[in-house]
Amino acid sequence: MSRQQFSLNNKIEPILYLSPFFFGLIIWTLYPFINVLLISFKENYNLLTGSYKNLGLGNYIYVLNNLKFLNALRNTGIYVIFTVPISTFLALIFANLLNQKLKGIALFQTAYFLPLVTSATAIGLVWKLMFNTNFGAINQILSYLNISPIHWLDYPKNNIYTLIIFGVWNILPFTIILLLSGLQNINPLYYTVAKLDGASDFKIFRRITIPLLSPTIGLVLIINTISTSKVYSELFPIFSGRPGIADNLYTVVYYIYDLFYVKWDLGKAAAASVILFLILFALTLSQLQIQKKWKHY
Amino acid sequence: MVFPFFYMITTALKTPQELTAFPPVWIPKNIFNLENFKLALKEAPFLIYFLNSVIVTICCVVITGFTTIVAAFAFSRLKFFGRDLIFSLLLSLMMVPFEMLIITNFQTMVRLKLTNTLIALIIPFTSSIFYTYILRNFFLSIPDSLYYSARIDGASNWKYLWRIMVPIAKPSLFTIMLLNAINCWNSFVWTMLVINNDNFRTLPLGIYKFSSEGGADFELIMAGSTLIVLPMIILFLFARKYIVSGVSRGGLKG
Repeated sequence: MSRQQFSLNNKIEPILYLSPFFFGLIIWTLYPFINVLLISFKENYNLLTGSYKNLGLGNYIYVLNNLKFLNALRNTGIYVIFTVPISTFLALIFANLLNQKLKGIALFQTAYFLPLVTSATAIGLVWKLMFNTNFGAINQILSYLNISPIHWLDYPKNNIYTLIIFGVWNILPFTIILLLSGLQNINPLYYTVAKLDGASDFKIFRRITIPLLSPTIGLVLIINTISTSKVYSELFPIFSGRPGIADNLYTVVYYIYDLFYVKWDLGKAAAASVILFLILFALTLSQLQIQKKWKHY
Repeated sequence: MVFPFFYMITTALKTPQELTAFPPVWIPKNIFNLENFKLALKEAPFLIYFLNSVIVTICCVVITGFTTIVAAFAFSRLKFFGRDLIFSLLLSLMMVPFEMLIITNFQTMVRLKLTNTLIALIIPFTSSIFYTYILRNFFLSIPDSLYYSARIDGASNWKYLWRIMVPIAKPSLFTIMLLNAINCWNSFVWTMLVINNDNFRTLPLGIYKFSSEGGADFELIMAGSTLIVLPMIILFLFARKYIVSGVSRGGLKG
């Protein structure tokens, strides 16, 4: 092969290798992203004809003043504020236990992977049965403690707690995996030295584990905040496709889908999804900042 | 954490009386009671759902696997103008939530007249920035000397990729493919949007419709849920040793 042929190959080859990937990426990610930004400014956008009345901020003004959206924002906020810290706290305990060299730990290590591989829909239906007032497992267990049945599903005010419990269980395994990998990166020498100095287990945990794990914890908090902000598919199996038993538990993503798929109001749905994107974008930026800050201690 | 799985399987084996009994029955008397599975299969076409799920998952994994491998190769081994800049732009595109893209993607599907086909469940997911990122990083860790000696021996880039790089990257590839298979198998929201014909439902949508439309019994729903969950657990247990070796291999670098 002459030198010239070789350099010609060098120019065409990358394009050939990249084209299948970019073909899908442009049609299903890049174009939709730009398009949804455009649609969000088109008032009274028609799905079929693509026609619209005028360009402007009308959709944003409608969404930001819409009580349903503000309520959805509030519900999502409550869900995130409870789900993320609770699951991180529990995961910290579990990850610490899993990191000990105990007998039979391999079995547990398989066990906490299980929720990761399962369909949220299928397991959500299991939780729906577990939350059943009359013969669900949760109330049955509570009955042993002489606690009278709780109306998890059929009393609207309890719906948010029901969702939070399911949500915590859902993100727990992923959180444990991240924290566990952080724990395993801590040099065991620190522990050996601390033990030689006679530090108690609790003190070791507080003074060594927590500070050294703080970058991972920060990462976990942000990743989980982003993923729980998009709470939506969890609602389906538990409340049979409605946002709470009395339509009281709208979340931001549910609101977007409602505008889009039920009311076919694409302009407003696009505007709401851009607002969601901006919130997530801000969270991601703060993640990068925190990671930079927490790298050195 | 495992309790819901235990509860799902035991409930799938319970009789209706055992489910509502007081005091509660935790483990059914006859643990080989497969009546609920038979009834569930009779009341809803779970076999069709299952087949659809299998087709969609296999196509997704194979196509995505191919686009990921060749793109990761280009981004790690080939030299072209603006390679790393393009790649970092792609990474920032990863922040865009799928919820935002779904509006236009749905329109595109309607225009292409692909709603209510299995193709609609496959093609939007054939290019993954995330998987390409993982694989590219692994490819970058393979020493250059391997590439040059292969090229001197007369192997083309194409041959080098498939004969040398892919076999070396097996653990990473298995991890990616397993993640991809899990995502495809469990995909629900997009499926619900583009499919409303019973013949093209996949398992998650099928079980959801079964539970919400028919007013079906809980034992039957649990039997159906078991059918969805079990294949992925089995796949996971089989693939586990590859993933573990992938992790320990990655650990060597540090």
